[in-house]
Amino acid sequence: MTLHRDSLAQLSAKLAKKEVSSVELTRHYLARIEAQQAALNAFITVDAEKSLAQAAAADARIAKAGAAPLTGIPIAHKDLFCAKGWRTTCGSKILSNFIAPYDAHVIEQFDRAGAVLLGKTNMDEFAMGSSNENSAFGPVRNPWDTAAVPGGSSGGSAAAVAAMLAPAATGTDTGGSIRQPASFTGVSGLRPTYGRVSRYGMVAFASSLDQGGVLARSAEDMALVLGVMAGYDERDSTCIDRPKDNYVGGLGNGVKGLRIGLPKEYFASGLSQDVAGPIHAAIEEYRRLGATVVEVSLPNQALSVPVYYVLAPAEASSNLSRYDGVRYGHRTDQPGDLMQLYKKTRAEGFGPEVKRRIMIGAYVLSHGYYDAYYLKAQKIRRLIAGDFAQAFTRCDLIMGPAAPSVAYDLGSKTTDPVRMYLDDLYTIPINLAGLPGMSIPCGFGDKGRPVGLQIVGNYFDEARMLCAAHAFQQATDWHARMPEAFK
Amino acid sequence: MLSLEQIAGIAHLARLELAPGEDAALQQQLNNILAMVDVMAAVDTAGVEPMSHPQQLMQRLREDVVTEHDQRETFQAIAPEVEDGLYLVPKVIE
Repeated sequence: MTLHRDSLAQLSAKLAKKEVSSVELTRHYLARIEAQQAALNAFITVDAEKSLAQAAAADARIAKAGAAPLTGIPIAHKDLFCAKGWRTTCGSKILSNFIAPYDAHVIEQFDRAGAVLLGKTNMDEFAMGSSNENSAFGPVRNPWDTAAVPGGSSGGSAAAVAAMLAPAATGTDTGGSIRQPASFTGVSGLRPTYGRVSRYGMVAFASSLDQGGVLARSAEDMALVLGVMAGYDERDSTCIDRPKDNYVGGLGNGVKGLRIGLPKEYFASGLSQDVAGPIHAAIEEYRRLGATVVEVSLPNQALSVPVYYVLAPAEASSNLSRYDGVRYGHRTDQPGDLMQLYKKTRAEGFGPEVKRRIMIGAYVLSHGYYDAYYLKAQKIRRLIAGDFAQAFTRCDLIMGPAAPSVAYDLGSKTTDPVRMYLDDLYTIPINLAGLPGMSIPCGFGDKGRPVGLQIVGNYFDEARMLCAAHAFQQATDWHARMPEAFK
Repeated sequence: MLSLEQIAGIAHLARLELAPGEDAALQQQLNNILAMVDVMAAVDTAGVEPMSHPQQLMQRLREDVVTEHDQRETFQAIAPEVEDGLYLVPKVIE
């Protein structure tokens, strides 16, 4: 069976025409997940019984002609979306026994649409990482080359989509955690505008930066999924009450007259030549399709990584203070007194990267250092957001690389955390500004590893971004390439 | 530069017990991160309003009505140790 090669849109049509049932489709993907788990480690939790029950319910709904486009489609979820009755670990030992007692808004949205929860995907612990090597459940491998990392932190979702173990998967993006793994694994990934998708029930890392989004194999498939995920939810006070655009309906609008801004800072010395080549070729393709290109400048871009490594740890140290071994999650079996209970539980439950960030956060928020670090970073954050506002007076979309290199080998960057942090220089500024960003495959670099083109839109301009990505994918076939071992 | 004494203080604030030798490793890693962050000090931010959030909106308010029902049993079913509807911790007051 080659159902997994179909796009989500094609599968949706086949389900509607009853050429295949949701139960058959779900079984097919579950078998693929099981067969590839040893090679990729893309999933943390799979529960065939639960998934197949949902699939059977979807088939009943399709039979009664009450189906929506995602009814019966299996979707994998990053293991930080709480799903009632499902273990939700966030890639951490401290939540390794946590069975979520409620659904995230995103999960409710997929349930209402009749989608099938296919499983929970592996990730860097608490979404802190860029290589998926920080998971308490072991690293994920890149389907294009299993010696390489898949990127992170949504590495399990990216690998699952790239290896066609799921037609689409959710992710979250706090500093690039959807776009960078999408780039590394040759899939399409979209982080919507901050506030477009509810964060209710999404385990918090850095609340002013976190946003849920989607990884899939085309812009069209992402448009279908975003149409379900997005939406107002009063339980997230930062979720914006604003109608959804018709993401699918606008896909065919083309790019004639589209003004593309290229930030000169994104093409400076740090960018690998094997990445720069495919990016420039993609920009040329857009010119051929009728877009115009203008140089823009983001002068404070180089400050983004330093600002992020103050603000994100500060917010994380506060958010992660809830893991105390009292109400849920791991608890030390050597508690001693109450203070020892807290300290031992957290020392045992968190991995090294999470501890580093909690400590940085506690320090920059502490008395005497708050102004020099936290407040200063918030001021520079405004300068960085202002750069984008200025750039968007001259262009409709900004394009550039999503990462400075192709995927690197497992273990090659783990000894120097700061070096790995600095690789996120093209994705982090977008999170600081709260803008929507995307990565779509646009070629291959060294060792035949994929390269992603980053597309950044103005606030709530997801429909225009998806349209631009779709136009590129109609004219090229990079997004349709499949890793040989997983065809 | 953070001293080992400061590392111990931060670990206490963060409620993390450090294993023997872990403090020295953390000292080096945290100092590397702070060295990377220190470029911020040279930026002129006079008159710039801090940006705490990507949205310029006021926080929404809602009617003061009960919206949550009691789910104590559901939530305590996943707790490490409970008794009579209470979460148990080691004795705090002798």
